[in-house]
Amino acid sequence: MFKRLTDASRPKVTVTINGAPVEVPAGESVAAALIVHGERACRTTAVSASARGPYCMMGVCHDCLVRIDGVPNRQGCRVIVADGMEITHQSGARELKP
Amino acid sequence: MTGRTECAVIGAGPAGLAAAMTVAESGVDVTVIDSAPEPGGQIYKAVGRSPLPDTSALGPDYALGRKLVAAFQESGIRHIGATDVWMITDDRKIALLRNDQASFLQAERIIIATGAQERPVPFEGWTLPGVMNAGAGQILVKSSGVVPSEGVVLAGLGPLVLLVAWQYIRLGVEVRAVLDLTPAANYLRAAPHLPAALLAGNYLAKGLRMQWDLRRARVPIHTGVRLIRALGTDAIEAVEFVTWGRTRRIETPVLMTHFGVIPETAMTRAVGIRHDWDASQQCWRPKADIWGNTEINGVLVAGDARGIFGAKSAEWSGRLAGLEVARSLGRLSREERDAKGAPTQKAMTRDHRVRPFLERLYAVPDHWWKDVPDAAAVCRCEEVTAGDVRAAMRAGAVGPNQVKAFTRAGMGPCQGRQCGATVASMAAQETGRPIGEIDLPRSRFPLKPIDLGTLAALELPAAELSGEASADQAPGMDVGGSKPQRALLEDAE
Repeated sequence: MFKRLTDASRPKVTVTINGAPVEVPAGESVAAALIVHGERACRTTAVSASARGPYCMMGVCHDCLVRIDGVPNRQGCRVIVADGMEITHQSGARELKP
Repeated sequence: MTGRTECAVIGAGPAGLAAAMTVAESGVDVTVIDSAPEPGGQIYKAVGRSPLPDTSALGPDYALGRKLVAAFQESGIRHIGATDVWMITDDRKIALLRNDQASFLQAERIIIATGAQERPVPFEGWTLPGVMNAGAGQILVKSSGVVPSEGVVLAGLGPLVLLVAWQYIRLGVEVRAVLDLTPAANYLRAAPHLPAALLAGNYLAKGLRMQWDLRRARVPIHTGVRLIRALGTDAIEAVEFVTWGRTRRIETPVLMTHFGVIPETAMTRAVGIRHDWDASQQCWRPKADIWGNTEINGVLVAGDARGIFGAKSAEWSGRLAGLEVARSLGRLSREERDAKGAPTQKAMTRDHRVRPFLERLYAVPDHWWKDVPDAAAVCRCEEVTAGDVRAAMRAGAVGPNQVKAFTRAGMGPCQGRQCGATVASMAAQETGRPIGEIDLPRSRFPLKPIDLGTLAALELPAAELSGEASADQAPGMDVGGSKPQRALLEDAE
């Protein structure tokens, strides 16, 4: 649904998206990386479990919440990818650890 | 840990950057705090390091930002990026959140330049993945060089709809259609303001040029469009709309919408500045004088955060706020401030002449709020529908603050940024009262979600913890305590 127009020579980092390793350009946001790699939805909502994806891309709407390196509720549009980063979908509400 | 600065500027878009550089010219110690990692704001996002091989496709206005951002970077002004401001205390301590660590910055003056956000207008299916703001499309292309690969439909009203479509065709993206939701009546209301708008510069010529280019590229432009619906189950598959009495449907994996922009007022509301409804701009604006002084002592506003006038005027309004901070700290006399500010004020006045025309042409008609279908989500976070909001009003809620208590609309992580204005507009329609009489949605600290663990790890000066702080150092967490000092406004607009 989305593609990059960037030239292939830019430096890359390797992240995993739902466990699968992918190479993405350094400096890209997690939300951008997700939609380029076909992940239109990044989470399901806490109220009705409906699918949501990035919407405003500027930190206002909080719809692009994902789990990054095990920490849920991160704003995907505001986190820049880093080598070895683990990005996973988030289902429903954030769980509370005792 | 509490740092110190004479002047803190919140936001690194055109207003914030111009304000900071102006303040620094007078030898004032200044710190810019911004939520993005790099300066530029949304409009000049990533302008210095575009991932695109050629940025000329984005148009000449984007390139203008390069000079501003480069000048700021060369100035050596302290820039704290990737940082949220989650609280401002009455004594101007700014609470920061960066990398999950909270800290305080004590400032003598604060310029709030948090810019604008896109105006939310709910429609059926607007929560489906694949439906985005047109501004989101721009951010994707500017910061990551990412564009739709299998077509896109752009819908709404306002210059950004055209601009994004135009940028996309220049980048080789398939624009399946542009759905122009501008009501025909808006043209009649805007027409008398056309001569003044023509004097403001080449804004209108640019718009016509883009329309011409789109038609030449054979992009279908549908006018008179109403009642758009995004259809799909787990993501958008098609958009349906009514045009000149006919219902049409276009298959598309991506729909980008835009209904104008409004000031991002969560911070200005939370610090206690009074806001007035601007009927022409259709948004709340913090009350401020020409220099950006607000009723809260030492807190100024600049740029689109104080009213929508665009990037050029934002820069100038930042400059005026910077001059006023220098004056109030004793670095400039009143006469020096006035002399330095005069050409800026003149340029701003000229630039503002396009606004009455644009504001009428791209006004959201009142009946749209009645047209929001009951099933459409109004509060995206808590999934409160238009039907729920209307039911709350029938049960006695008269504005967004009661609707919030009745339904949870506005209690999710975005803290009402996506539903506050909608609920107020719906309340005006449902109750028949002018929107200026509807209560402003309350905004409270913390302005961003913050973990309790992060708060607990915050080191506060011992005096504040033991309650020994003097009156002017009272920690702002004590919401019921000292009220912010109100200052008299000069040349109130």
